Amino acid sequence: MSDVLLSTRNLHAFYGNLQVLHGLDFSIATGGVTTLLGANGAGKTTTLRALTGMVRTRGDIVFGGRAIGGFATEDIARLGIAHVPEGRGTFSRMTAEENLQLGAMTRGDRRGIAADIERVYAYFPRLAERKNQQAGTLSVGEQQMLAIARALMLRPKLMLLDEPSFGLAPRIVEEMFVILRRLNQEEGVALMLVEQNAALALELADQASLIETGRLVMAGPAQDIGRDENVRRAYLGY
Amino acid sequence: MAQQDISFSDTAVRGLPSVEQNSWALWGTVLFLAVAIALPFFLRSFVVFQLTLAMIYAIAIIGLVLLTGINGQFSLGHSAFFGIGAYTAAVLMDQFGVSFYWTLPVAGVVCFVFGFLFGLPALRLEGIYLALATFALAIAMPQILKSSLFEHWTGGVQGIVLIKPDAPFGLPISSDQWLYFLTLAIGLMLAVCAMNIVNSRTGRALIAIRDNPIAARAMGIDISLYKTLAFGVSALFTGIAGALSGVAIQFVAPDSFTFNLAIGLFVGLVVGGVQSIPAALFGGLFVLFVPNIAESVSKGLAGAVYGVILILVIYMMPSGAAGLARLVADKVLMKAHRKGPR
Amino acid sequence: MDLFLHQVLAGLATGGIYACMALAIVMIYQAIDHLNFAQGEMAMFSTFIAWQLMQWGLPYWVAFVATIVISFAAGVLLEQTVLRPLHGAPVLSHIVVFIALFAILNSAAGFIWDYTVKPFPTPFGTQPLFGQGLMSAHDGGMIAVTLIILVLLYLFFRHTRIGLAMRAAAANPASARLVGIRVGWMVALGWGMAAAIGAVAGMLIAPVVFLEPNMMISILLYGFAGAVVGGLTSPLGAVIGGFSVGVIENLAGTFIPYVGREMKLTIALALIVAVLTVKPSGLLGRRVMTRV
Repeated sequence: MSDVLLSTRNLHAFYGNLQVLHGLDFSIATGGVTTLLGANGAGKTTTLRALTGMVRTRGDIVFGGRAIGGFATEDIARLGIAHVPEGRGTFSRMTAEENLQLGAMTRGDRRGIAADIERVYAYFPRLAERKNQQAGTLSVGEQQMLAIARALMLRPKLMLLDEPSFGLAPRIVEEMFVILRRLNQEEGVALMLVEQNAALALELADQASLIETGRLVMAGPAQDIGRDENVRRAYLGY
Repeated sequence: MAQQDISFSDTAVRGLPSVEQNSWALWGTVLFLAVAIALPFFLRSFVVFQLTLAMIYAIAIIGLVLLTGINGQFSLGHSAFFGIGAYTAAVLMDQFGVSFYWTLPVAGVVCFVFGFLFGLPALRLEGIYLALATFALAIAMPQILKSSLFEHWTGGVQGIVLIKPDAPFGLPISSDQWLYFLTLAIGLMLAVCAMNIVNSRTGRALIAIRDNPIAARAMGIDISLYKTLAFGVSALFTGIAGALSGVAIQFVAPDSFTFNLAIGLFVGLVVGGVQSIPAALFGGLFVLFVPNIAESVSKGLAGAVYGVILILVIYMMPSGAAGLARLVADKVLMKAHRKGPR
Repeated sequence: MDLFLHQVLAGLATGGIYACMALAIVMIYQAIDHLNFAQGEMAMFSTFIAWQLMQWGLPYWVAFVATIVISFAAGVLLEQTVLRPLHGAPVLSHIVVFIALFAILNSAAGFIWDYTVKPFPTPFGTQPLFGQGLMSAHDGGMIAVTLIILVLLYLFFRHTRIGLAMRAAAANPASARLVGIRVGWMVALGWGMAAAIGAVAGMLIAPVVFLEPNMMISILLYGFAGAVVGGLTSPLGAVIGGFSVGVIENLAGTFIPYVGREMKLTIALALIVAVLTVKPSGLLGRRVMTRV
């Protein structure tokens, strides 16, 4: 497809002395949607954490032509990678709108931020209704929407989504995936998606990678991966 | 300072000690005992007295290990239990002519009751709020001891002068040496008791409450009971230590049991290692000797030197002396393993 | 009744001191999530710096401002040098380091400026406000300054971006990093602000209790008590808590016969524990919910 936005070479990641990733090589295209499949404990969440410097890593990570391996999390965020973490990472005692303000913390343009907040509300009308409500009191679905909205406020080139459908009602999940597709197409944000719901993820993605115990075992166009016999049996259930 | 973020290293997860570790521990204990028994015959009586005090602090710190390290509750008020123990012994001896030896169990029981009762309202409090409540206790204790309400027994600000017991059965040792051995014996006994508590069902319940109160409740552990019990038992240890200290120093006065003592015990707990019962001895030695060392470095800046030593100790041994010892032991064992026949 | 009112007024006057200290305590609690036991000593040290500057001939307000600036810088520096290496260490280690700082500052102040009691000037004057011996102009000024700081803090935390970032960094450091907040700097800033507020508290308190290395110890205790009663998460709560502790202490001393005067402190603390047992997160504190 188009040019490479992010690529890793021989990426290792550790929690303390425990090694979780054992040399991953993959890349994400500018404006593309990549999904990372794998069983529980395969290292999907760790991969996302490695990309934003939340765990100790070894190996190369290149983002937008720049080596960011070993960078501090906040510096990586400032370069334009927005990570929507597992469990959403909402600032639960602040209002929804304050959460959005926080999302734009790296930016200085007051007017641009105000405009972006309005734009984000257009994607997530429910958040506009609840903007002065404490984030912790929102429903799980609304909190997930808020987390995505907050990530969007960074004006990211790449958004990392960790299990966005977790704990959500099917109807909400569908709604969210529609919005994710629109974000990808209208805003040009590249997405990297870790999902339990592999069928849905493969539908949205154009590229897919499969990891097992911290090693990449398969990568390619999402359609091909979705057709693979083993993947289907293990992750799609048919 | 919320209870949950007191991060503990994972002894509970480390599983049972290996055979090698056990034999190492055994040899260590034998060596320690040999040295501990021999020491008083080679040292000046003042040093023997100091070592006795260090052991007494260690006993009090064991109480804190049970409360903080094992049960995850936090106390800045153990000077109060220490004081109650000391005064119980002193009043019994001074007013009622009770023999010193009998005052020890009584002091323990009295402190257990006080600790248990204090634990009841403390149940509602967590982390920082519990810290404040215990802290209030520490502040209040000297005032209560000074109060004219109890002056009749406590002697008010003057305190009570006590007499050291002589060695019984005509043993050819000084009273300082006798008290040293007595403290050593009581300390060892209490340390063994504490270790048994930790390894018992009760201990596992206490640890479960520390690590995950909600899960512990779900397993059917009566959290309130165990938490108040932990407070009581912890106070018991500290109270016995207090009673011993009163006799060792031969004097009790309200201002010996201020917040400074609570801080001292707390520092001893942390530099030793919050979860280790043997390391309480290191804590006790630290509490007693480091301020003296600081003073010998600079009289005017003793406090500053003490503070700097404290900070350096925390930097170098983030999980206390016990943590450092475990690290070294692991390294040594690893090496032994690699060289070994396997 | 007259006696009662008088004692309440006198209590408010001393309560102003505690409120000031409690505010500084809550401030740092917000920024670092710990109670800083060395806070009182930091304030005391700052006050000595102000005294020294005035000894060198600076006018009061110049020394006042200079001390705030110096204290702010010192707070930031302290965080960056002494506390940074402790990042991720257990809470108990932090507390020990606070105790160490306490010892260092106390002993250094005694060494540099010795332990003799020194008078400290007040910019508000000492004439009584409401009749003899109740509340002086200085007490009034101190309360006013406390309230002004409270308002400024409120505005700072609610309506500035950096205040928002500081709150976020304290509440959820991991998420704060993900949105690009430099959490380390926010913590250092929190220390700086706490040191600066402590300096103000110290300079306002010193004319009442006189300047000496141990001036802050009992005030810190009351400040803690006030902060906890008010709820550690709420600056307003801290101020209210501080005033209540002052009033309770005074009333207990006057009206509880026999025991009251001797055990003023004990009674105040017992009351505080009682309040906490009924309302474990303080008067205005937020109840923190834990999920499994």
